[in-house]
Amino acid sequence: MKLLEQAPLSAKFGMAIIVVYVIAAVFAPILAPYPQRAIVGSQFEAISAAHWLGTDHLGRDMLSRLIYAARNTVGIAVAATALTFLFGCMLGFLAATIGGWGDQLLSRAADTILAIPTLIFALMLLTVFGTALPVLVLVIGFLESPKVFRIARSSAMNVVVMDFVEAARLRGEGVGWIMRRELLPNVMAPLVAEFGLRFCFVFLMISALSFLGLGIQPPLADWGAMVRETAQLISFGVPTPLIPAFAIALLTIAVNFVVDWFLYKQSGLKEERA
Amino acid sequence: MARIAVLIAQRLGLGVLILFAVSLIIMFVVELLPGDTCQELMGQGATPQTLQACRAALGLDDPMHERYLSWLGGMLTGDMGISLANQRPIDELVIRRILNTFFLAGIAAAIAVPLSLMLGILAAMYRNSIFDRIVNVSTLTSISFPEFFVAYILIFIFAVELGMFPSVSNVHADMAFQERLYRSLLPALSLTLVITAHMMRMTRATIVNLMASPYIEMARLKGIRGMRIITYHALPNAFAPIINVITLNLAYLIVGVVVVEVVFVYPGLGQLLVDAVSNRDMPLVQAGALMFAAVYVLLNLFADIVSIISNPRLLHPR
Amino acid sequence: MTATSPDDEKSVLLDIRGLVIEARSEDTWAPIVKGVDVTLHREEVLGLIGESGAGKSTIGLAALGFARDGCRISGGDISFDGIALRELSEGRMGRLRGARIAYVAQSAAASFNPARRIDDQVCETAVQHGIMSRPEARKRARRLYATLRLPDPDSFGRRFPHQVSGGQLQRAMVAMALVCGPDLIVFDEPTTALDVTTQIEVLAAIKDAIRAERAAALYITHDLAVVGQIADRIKVLLQGEEVEEGETEQILYHPKEDYTRKLVKVRSVSKPGHTDMSDTPAIEARHVTAAYGKGLKVLDDVSVSVAKGATTAIVGESGSGKSTLARAMTGLLPPLSGGCHLNGVELPPQLKHRSKDQLRRLQMIYQMPDVAVNPRQLIDEIIGRPLTFYFGTTGRKRRDRVAELLELVELSPDLAKRPPAALSGGQKQRICIARALAAEPDVVICDEVTSALDQVVADGVLKLLLRLQEEFQTSYVFITHDLATVRAIADDVAVMYLGQVVEHGAKDDILNNPQHDYTKKLLSSVPRMEMGWLDRVLAERAKGREAIS
Repeated sequence: MKLLEQAPLSAKFGMAIIVVYVIAAVFAPILAPYPQRAIVGSQFEAISAAHWLGTDHLGRDMLSRLIYAARNTVGIAVAATALTFLFGCMLGFLAATIGGWGDQLLSRAADTILAIPTLIFALMLLTVFGTALPVLVLVIGFLESPKVFRIARSSAMNVVVMDFVEAARLRGEGVGWIMRRELLPNVMAPLVAEFGLRFCFVFLMISALSFLGLGIQPPLADWGAMVRETAQLISFGVPTPLIPAFAIALLTIAVNFVVDWFLYKQSGLKEERA
Repeated sequence: MARIAVLIAQRLGLGVLILFAVSLIIMFVVELLPGDTCQELMGQGATPQTLQACRAALGLDDPMHERYLSWLGGMLTGDMGISLANQRPIDELVIRRILNTFFLAGIAAAIAVPLSLMLGILAAMYRNSIFDRIVNVSTLTSISFPEFFVAYILIFIFAVELGMFPSVSNVHADMAFQERLYRSLLPALSLTLVITAHMMRMTRATIVNLMASPYIEMARLKGIRGMRIITYHALPNAFAPIINVITLNLAYLIVGVVVVEVVFVYPGLGQLLVDAVSNRDMPLVQAGALMFAAVYVLLNLFADIVSIISNPRLLHPR
Repeated sequence: MTATSPDDEKSVLLDIRGLVIEARSEDTWAPIVKGVDVTLHREEVLGLIGESGAGKSTIGLAALGFARDGCRISGGDISFDGIALRELSEGRMGRLRGARIAYVAQSAAASFNPARRIDDQVCETAVQHGIMSRPEARKRARRLYATLRLPDPDSFGRRFPHQVSGGQLQRAMVAMALVCGPDLIVFDEPTTALDVTTQIEVLAAIKDAIRAERAAALYITHDLAVVGQIADRIKVLLQGEEVEEGETEQILYHPKEDYTRKLVKVRSVSKPGHTDMSDTPAIEARHVTAAYGKGLKVLDDVSVSVAKGATTAIVGESGSGKSTLARAMTGLLPPLSGGCHLNGVELPPQLKHRSKDQLRRLQMIYQMPDVAVNPRQLIDEIIGRPLTFYFGTTGRKRRDRVAELLELVELSPDLAKRPPAALSGGQKQRICIARALAAEPDVVICDEVTSALDQVVADGVLKLLLRLQEEFQTSYVFITHDLATVRAIADDVAVMYLGQVVEHGAKDDILNNPQHDYTKKLLSSVPRMEMGWLDRVLAERAKGREAIS
């Protein structure tokens, strides 16, 4: 608690925003005035008491969809990030622990996937495999995991060269024990920060994919898709498409602020120990 | 010098190898698709006979490795096949579009690179000052914006409210350079805003890291001050990491360009790719993805080679 | 306090009064130098000595009006030749630095800019401050290279820092400090990172250069024997405060304070070497040849044996292959040919082919206790794991045994529930010893176990190791570069040089009557705690060279 009080303004702001988003995602059915799929008015209705943010191209309530999208978009992004970490960390630790040929093989495979720009690769894979939600999560998990693999491997490498890991090896401990008991507790801090950053990346990519029509599919509400659906309004001087876009930006900013503070804290601790 | 030549040759070899692997993946992934080009081409009206004839004509009955080799050969010689959507040769479409994309990315880079290097070095020099903090918060904010958010804000302000720029950037080949620049400026500006923040943060981190080196402290203790520390002692060592930062961000630009092109309906490769994806025009998707990947790999290769030839240990071996 | 100089006619050059320097920790400032006075006369050399945390480097930098990031000079006066440094603007301070006050850092490899030629860096201050033209500065640099006995002084400066050896680069840094003919030079541990045989050459070069240039110097080091060769007076520091100051002779031969006495004594333990090779050796390396990858041989036909309950010290400088020998013994680096025998039984060359019992019998203790224990495990887990792993001990029995082991290494059993971060370096090293003991080993490989520790702490660890050996009849393979440690703990000695054992035998024979040229050079290069040692050795060596030619 004391730590929270000491946090800079930007980090406090970030944490508050994240809490608001989580509440919106969890209590969406209670908070939203209308269901996300219901057509409750005519097309592109202006802002009114009944529809605080107007309606979209099919006459659905913008505010309700905005709230539901917190659930859909953030939920999928969290799932995809978690999957990314599952793949990336496990293989990264494994590569660092076994070294030699296994490490070479995994690292070169990661390099190859990284050699294709992620968004382009995602577009291609989603065209082939379709855009069902599990496919979306899997594709993103697959494409982003080499980046986590690299971070996990290099942080694990820094630990692997330490004498206490050698001591465990000399004792005769197995790969599993070394990964779980010696490596993992020592690489948690950088990986937690990486989780935040990677979430931002995944979240922005899902939004971009949805915006291009290949992410979360209608009628599920999604911020990127909402921008696309209402985009034509902008040329009439109506800022409606900016609202879901802003919702994306705000959450990313919030997470970035918190991670930035966390990283600053970490680097401070390191300096003191040195 | 021989060692440098060997290292560069190795890197080039690795680049070719990676491009080769990438082309394999692109080919293989599309193979997983149910149905084939002929079914897509003919749709519902296909009879087994016409399908058979079409497959024979396009060589689809050949074994996979032969088809891969002929596809790869086509890619290398500029014969990229026929688009399913409009039956035109793909190379014709791709070449024109990729030049447009380079034009757009070029403008963005021309603004972003000098701007972000300058701001990054300033923020590093005045570390922990008010200026540095403002820069930190604002760049953190700006990297959090999705590209389309930036793009629509710019459209809303400069195209709709102020009416200074067109909201749709329909450039074409026989347009005068100035007209072209004018129409491309808004999308270029969106890209600039996105990558400047990234590039600046990385530049700052690089310089801060460098300024903490013992040899910089030594220079101070030798009575060397101000700009000379930066220009004489820091910059020669900053060269490789900064080139790295720039190419990394140019590679990022390649990805960002897709979304921005769609927002502004700019006739670039990104727009073409997205259209191809929504038409399920596989040969075109493959060609486009390979183009993007090639540019991306070549940029990273360039950064690697620069860092090799700017390393004094390799330049002046024992 | 007032320090009286032997020749009061020489004027005071540097006068520091009541210096307070603070370092930031979290959000508060804590003092690391607590009101120290320093008086230095012209052409005088003052040694600042102390262990880690004494604040000696910080004081040295303050003499240049400099404080590192995260530190600040918060009290006292620093007066250089009558100029109050704390009141000087950055610009005027800059003109003083390099020109009249120069600095020599510990690591030349890090302090030279990798992208610039040595000459350009050596001459930079002189040219930038407008003291000399570039050709003049070059000429002066060449003369200094010659004075400092650098090879090929005419072309030396045209090289890049990575193209010359560590000892040469360290001397080049001395040249860089001397180029403007400064009145004061601050030497900050200038020979600590070097091997002893290189150290003696650099030390001699520094001594000659200071004398020839008629400069005053602050010589900062943790090694009293080194500073005894070069300083006129010595000031002893402990945790930011002065312990005592006096003439070099007085400090070396008649120290007043207990702390200084401990420093002078170096090692309080000693062991009469006994060797009984009739029995089967506890561990033996037979004709081991090893290399990393397909590279050069790091070990070339090495044979070493350790008797039961005895200690064999493996002595050598960096790159001699002594740590590689440990890796070959433990199975981390399987040898190309030859092998290791434990109690007469050949060990499988690869770690993964060794049985649990073989692994248990051979334990290891490392140089850096900080990285040898997992910072995320409690002491209980660190010491307890081998108990569970090798003997299946768990629960209450394990807790009791951990407490017993902690007492054995003279630590409180209460530490069991603490994380390693709560312990000092010496305590952590004792935890490592307890972890090794937990396996009840026959042989313990000790890899430079005292070199990361302060002298007084290291002494305690050695004492403990000796006591445990008597109690459990454990054999030690003791890898070290420090001959004082060898004297204290070894029964036998194996001297390694460029991957080969050049001499192997009883400690007393080798230390008192070395046969091999390298052993002779190594033994004579170790600084002795006596005045005039350096001059004597150099004179002897010069005589030896004459005799040969």
